[in-house]
Amino acid sequence: MKAAIRVDGLEKHYGLTAALRGIGFEVGPGQVCVLLGPNGSGKTTLLKILATLVRPDRGVVEVGGYDVRRQGRLVRNIIGVVGHQTYLYEELTVAENLRFYARMYRVPDRRTREVAGLLGLEDRLDDRVRALSRGFQQRAALARALLHDPPVLLLDEPTTGLDADGRRRFAEIVADLRTRGRTVLFSSHAFELERDWADRALVLSAGRLVFDGPAADLDADVLAGLLAGKGADRVRV
Amino acid sequence: MSGFDRLAALVAKDLLVELRSREVAYSTLVFALLVLLIFNFAFELRVENLQALAPGVLWVTFIFAAVLALSRLFAAERDRGALEGLLLCPVDRGTIYLAKLISAVVLMLAVEAVAVPVFIALFGFNLPLVPLGLVAFLGSLGFASVGTLFSALAAHTRTREGLLPLLLFPISVPVIIATVKATGGVVAGDPWDLTLPWLQLLAGFDVLFIGLSYLVFELAVEE
Repeated sequence: MKAAIRVDGLEKHYGLTAALRGIGFEVGPGQVCVLLGPNGSGKTTLLKILATLVRPDRGVVEVGGYDVRRQGRLVRNIIGVVGHQTYLYEELTVAENLRFYARMYRVPDRRTREVAGLLGLEDRLDDRVRALSRGFQQRAALARALLHDPPVLLLDEPTTGLDADGRRRFAEIVADLRTRGRTVLFSSHAFELERDWADRALVLSAGRLVFDGPAADLDADVLAGLLAGKGADRVRV
Repeated sequence: MSGFDRLAALVAKDLLVELRSREVAYSTLVFALLVLLIFNFAFELRVENLQALAPGVLWVTFIFAAVLALSRLFAAERDRGALEGLLLCPVDRGTIYLAKLISAVVLMLAVEAVAVPVFIALFGFNLPLVPLGLVAFLGSLGFASVGTLFSALAAHTRTREGLLPLLLFPISVPVIIATVKATGGVVAGDPWDLTLPWLQLLAGFDVLFIGLSYLVFELAVEE
């Protein structure tokens, strides 16, 4: 089966600083994969490269079989992205934001109400984004990413700011995406809470992939050891 | 949905955001009116020298106000994190450029539409509004075509407010000269065959600058 995400020999430098040092992995359709690592390990850079926002220096990067460098527009058609920022216009209401992005992704307006319902935003549709709490802003950001029902979701710490209800809804959405064969790659700073959502874990440390295996094999101690450069025998890359 | 509909949605979004925030329109308009007021006090203009100076007074006002507007064209979106969302859309980068260009020109023309009557009131000098409108449209389009590209480039930098005019003014000199000359002809009531070459030159620069900017815009918005 063709990989939903294929990365091989990926390198990225910012000036003299190496953000990613020759990493490679594949994620199949329907897999939910958590991306772990300390600050500065390259998680956000990797997600931005997959999202076509940052150009890689070297290596192969394909999403849905499309090359992110040469077929960026085709890649953008099949990905949904949540970043550190909401990508929403604060002056517009949630409904106006979702309708705008619906036009960009060529989906009917009724889909905006569907995704708003999935994330518990029905009563907030007429609120300006600026007036929403951080948690509801994050829900709106997730709604925007899900609007066109993309086959691949790239989520950078998607649960930031979510309350218990928001996290529960997000977990349900991830489970639903998995059953529908969607691929999810998300980074996390709360792995203990989110381990059960993922089939697989990728751990980055200083721009290198130091673990690639079942998420169930990782616990806090193993993760801490990997990030400290120990436990090389456990690494499955 | 055609590409034109996406372009229309992008422009409508930009204008709605500006209508709600009024961040750029207010500051640009106030700046333009202050410049006109300063010119009014600084120069002792009479009708005989006003005819020669009016094009310069008008376009210094319009262009400096436009730089203020252009410096915020991408910066506000970038500061609030919406620019990446826009770049993630499966829309041709050139379409995003055209949408931003249209929004910038609409904003510039709106400011000019208020500033011209103020100029007439302050200086007591009548301007031929219809031909001036044509020159203002072509001049604003030309200036904004390069300004939109450089605004996207400068938005990545911390010194964008200072960097934008440094990049923009040298490149847009031909547009500014052609615009001021065409305005001079219109204000002096010259026959059309004297003004038309400047308008043709201006239209030529507009087409050239829009075409080039459309093609290289993708590089300007890359991180």
